Amino acid sequence: MNSEVNARLTAAIRSDTARVRARLVRELNDFDLAEDVLQDAVLKALKVWPQSGIPDHPAAWLTTVAKRLAIDILRRARVHERMVSSLEQEDLNADDPQIFDDDLLKLIFTCCHPSLNLEAQVALTLRSVVDLSLPEVASAFLVAPRTMEQRLIRAKRKIRLAGIPFAIPEAKELPVRLNGVLTVIYLVFNEGYSATMGENLIRRELCQCAIQLARSVNRLMRGRAEVQALLALMLFQHSRAATRVDDQGALVLLEDQDRTHWDRQAIEEGKILIEKALRLGQRLGPFQLQAAIAANHAVASRAEDTDWEDIAALYDELQKLQPTPVVLLNRAVAVGMWLGAAAGLTELARLSDDKVMQDFICITAPGLVCCCAWGRMKKLFRPIGWRGVCVAMRLNLRSLPAGYAN
Amino acid sequence: MRYMLLIYENENAGSNDEERAATMQRYMAFSQEVREAGVYEAGDPLMPTDTATTVRISNGQVAHTDGPFAETKEQLGGYYILNCESLDQALAYAAKIPAAETGSLEVRPIMEFE
Repeated sequence: MNSEVNARLTAAIRSDTARVRARLVRELNDFDLAEDVLQDAVLKALKVWPQSGIPDHPAAWLTTVAKRLAIDILRRARVHERMVSSLEQEDLNADDPQIFDDDLLKLIFTCCHPSLNLEAQVALTLRSVVDLSLPEVASAFLVAPRTMEQRLIRAKRKIRLAGIPFAIPEAKELPVRLNGVLTVIYLVFNEGYSATMGENLIRRELCQCAIQLARSVNRLMRGRAEVQALLALMLFQHSRAATRVDDQGALVLLEDQDRTHWDRQAIEEGKILIEKALRLGQRLGPFQLQAAIAANHAVASRAEDTDWEDIAALYDELQKLQPTPVVLLNRAVAVGMWLGAAAGLTELARLSDDKVMQDFICITAPGLVCCCAWGRMKKLFRPIGWRGVCVAMRLNLRSLPAGYAN
Repeated sequence: MRYMLLIYENENAGSNDEERAATMQRYMAFSQEVREAGVYEAGDPLMPTDTATTVRISNGQVAHTDGPFAETKEQLGGYYILNCESLDQALAYAAKIPAAETGSLEVRPIMEFE
């Protein structure tokens, strides 16, 4: 740097320093801080100006730079102050289990906040609440760890920037938000449940993760019928884990499964849970209805003992809450199993007028529309299979599970 | 945190004078509520989109076009700026705005530079 430039530079700084300082003191209302950041701004000017040239308005430049530095400092200080004081308070009750529980529940509600997309909710819950490792979460979604890492970073960024609270929702919001949490847990379960091939153990462990999650929520929020029902529903489904796949890895349909190998203990626990849930007399939610349907299957010692009339009635109720293609199709199947193929086909014919239904059928199972025989329909409409389809569609992770496509 | 609650509605949806007056009443009640809660910072209805002009510079030329940038079923019809404790509080207020029933509300945190 030649001396002429240096002299001009120093002059520019000196002539403006006082004005900049005055302004900073007023704006920051803190003399020391103003002085500190002004010094730093001057140092920066000495570094930058020889290259960039002296700006048209040196005072404005210095003020802007100094203010930015001040904001950084204040922000850090404020965050720390808040953190230190809250940390000191926390220390007093470090061993209070209630606090741990409340925090865990808050974490669950934060991870399952409806402002996050469903995939992010599931991923965050698996990573933060279930404590799966990043590669494990990535593997559950069949994506590269790097992709999953980005997804989690974006989700956490949204929590911070959008101000998603670390809190249990207010009473008015609670039923809807709780249902959101249960939906996430059930998605986790289905992620594992539809992974029938066994080449990926983590995916099957997801069923255990989901059951464990539901147990936690059930413990943290006692007396919630829907929570108990979800736990029961998953226990019923998981009780069949050993019989769902044959030696070749092919899916075994419900009526062909060896029921003596179903997990009796899980079924008993499920029964107790759903009975308790229904006795609570709370509003019938989708999980109570689904668990009641699953209970019907679980307690039938032979496929032909299944109480299809009861199942059809339960689907009747479920379709009022969730008129989704899956539910409507399952209802038609139940009616067919109860009253005979003709009645079932009448129900199906009625459904096929529905535009959404047509799209659903076309997208998920092209072969379906060609099927005319009721027996074929029956095989296609396995409740488990369709539920798997539904999850696959919502998460857009894979095509139709093997064995259901044709 | 400050949030902008953007009110989207179909401005061509017909309503009679009586309905309009009732809606207006509800907006006034809402404004009153957020003021009393101390979260209100600003809020205004906008004139309909047929009064809008879109400005865009391309190749250094300022171009003015009639109407809003995008043709959509619902148009931006107004906004509130509320200073809330959390997103949940902002969402709860958004649900009380009459347009939540007839149109939709977009809730966006405001970027703060201090």
